[in-house]
Amino acid sequence: MSLIVNGEAVALPSDPRVSLLDHLREALHLTGTKKGCNQGACGACTVLVDGERILSCLALAVQYESRSVTTIEGLAGEDGLHPLQQAFIEHDGFQCGYCTPGQICSAIGMAAEAGRGVPSHVSVDLGAPVALTREEVQERMSGNLCRCGAHNGIVDAIRATVAAEWAA
Amino acid sequence: MTPFSYARAGNAAEALRLGAAGATAYLGGGTNLVDLMRETVARPAALVDVTGLSAVIEETDGGGLRIGAAARNTALAEHRAVRERYPMLSRAILAGASAQIRNMATVGGNLLQRTRCTYFYDTEGSRCNKRSPGEGCDARDGFNRIHAVLGASEACVATHPSDMCVALVALDAQVHVAGAGGERTVPIADFHRLPGDSPDRDTILAPGELITAIELPTLPLAARSTYRKVRDRASYAFALISVAAAIELDGNRVADVRVAFGGVAHKPWRALKAEAALRGGPATPEAFHAAAALEFAEAAPLRHNAFKPALAGRTLAAVLGELVKGEAA
Repeated sequence: MSLIVNGEAVALPSDPRVSLLDHLREALHLTGTKKGCNQGACGACTVLVDGERILSCLALAVQYESRSVTTIEGLAGEDGLHPLQQAFIEHDGFQCGYCTPGQICSAIGMAAEAGRGVPSHVSVDLGAPVALTREEVQERMSGNLCRCGAHNGIVDAIRATVAAEWAA
Repeated sequence: MTPFSYARAGNAAEALRLGAAGATAYLGGGTNLVDLMRETVARPAALVDVTGLSAVIEETDGGGLRIGAAARNTALAEHRAVRERYPMLSRAILAGASAQIRNMATVGGNLLQRTRCTYFYDTEGSRCNKRSPGEGCDARDGFNRIHAVLGASEACVATHPSDMCVALVALDAQVHVAGAGGERTVPIADFHRLPGDSPDRDTILAPGELITAIELPTLPLAARSTYRKVRDRASYAFALISVAAAIELDGNRVADVRVAFGGVAHKPWRALKAEAALRGGPATPEAFHAAAALEFAEAAPLRHNAFKPALAGRTLAAVLGELVKGEAA
């Protein structure tokens, strides 16, 4: 019984009550993923599972056996920060930083969704290729709240990097 | 969270066998159930994980679409056939929750969402007949802005929170259910219940029964359909009012129409009276408002939600107006 976290196989908890979020933080000591509301309302706990963004607070860890989880700790390479991490610094994409790991993981998942043509609530044409306007990025990132109000910088950082290919 | 056992079902037969024990709940993406368990609103003794069951979305022989209950909400919203032939369904799903939650939540689980009535969640300080039958309802005389105006009872004024189900009701979807006694098919409009004296039961499912698939019929007029949601913020909030609608015109007259409302009742509300009033009549704003007024003639608003019938009328008129102009898709 194991799952893969940032490329390494790790044991699953024996108690099925343990959320993926608590398992990451308390058992694996990967405290980059944050606990905000713990009820699916804020997005601070967002991680990538097999490349898709999910909320780790609403995920029971046992459900994710053999799946590949990427957290904020798994994004930087040997030669430095992930481009989106660097862009958050350059575009003032945070103040306190608490929502930042979730914002960054969410944006990476969002870009993959846009790349395969998933429409959003604000898409005018459901069948058209995605154009990541500011409005589109705002809607697609609406599951990640920032209490400091750094949303404009967050959208700038995303559009300058992971969304650049689909930006309009 | 109270302790529970966890088992993963490899197929429907195994799920039914595991689910036959008392106090067992089927687990999909967990986006609602895990939260309810954490709040101790739900206290199952055992969870049977059914995310490994069929998630296939495929054409049926009749030209409809069959959706495995384990399909994720995102997968259904982005499916090419859904976007082209049932746009109201894509739009309804995309109007709900957040992308992270849509990536987790299953289609079967979406049908089984519990209400977002705050008194239902408040185990410490509120009475709720849905949570504890016979206890009383603190919503009826409490803060009830988000509550029902149609089909409510003395016992319960909660609303069903799903966006997706509002579109499914307008589309006449069928719910495939498996149980110990075999399989049955239930029209989605009959799947969710009005509260009556037993608001603890949201649906007609018997204990141990499992949703295996949702089937959409062939419905050419659904190609001109949409979904509009009115809420307190622009995104990531539950509906105050929502409308799923499809329309087919014959000149300036309504040849056929489908309308369902969300945020108004204990179940997604198919507006059969409004549809009957519209069919064969002029496709004008006056007719759209009159049809909504007829549907809400028996509305019984509470202290804080008296705005809902009028808002529902304006939203329906706006949605049908856009569809008539060909602006919506």
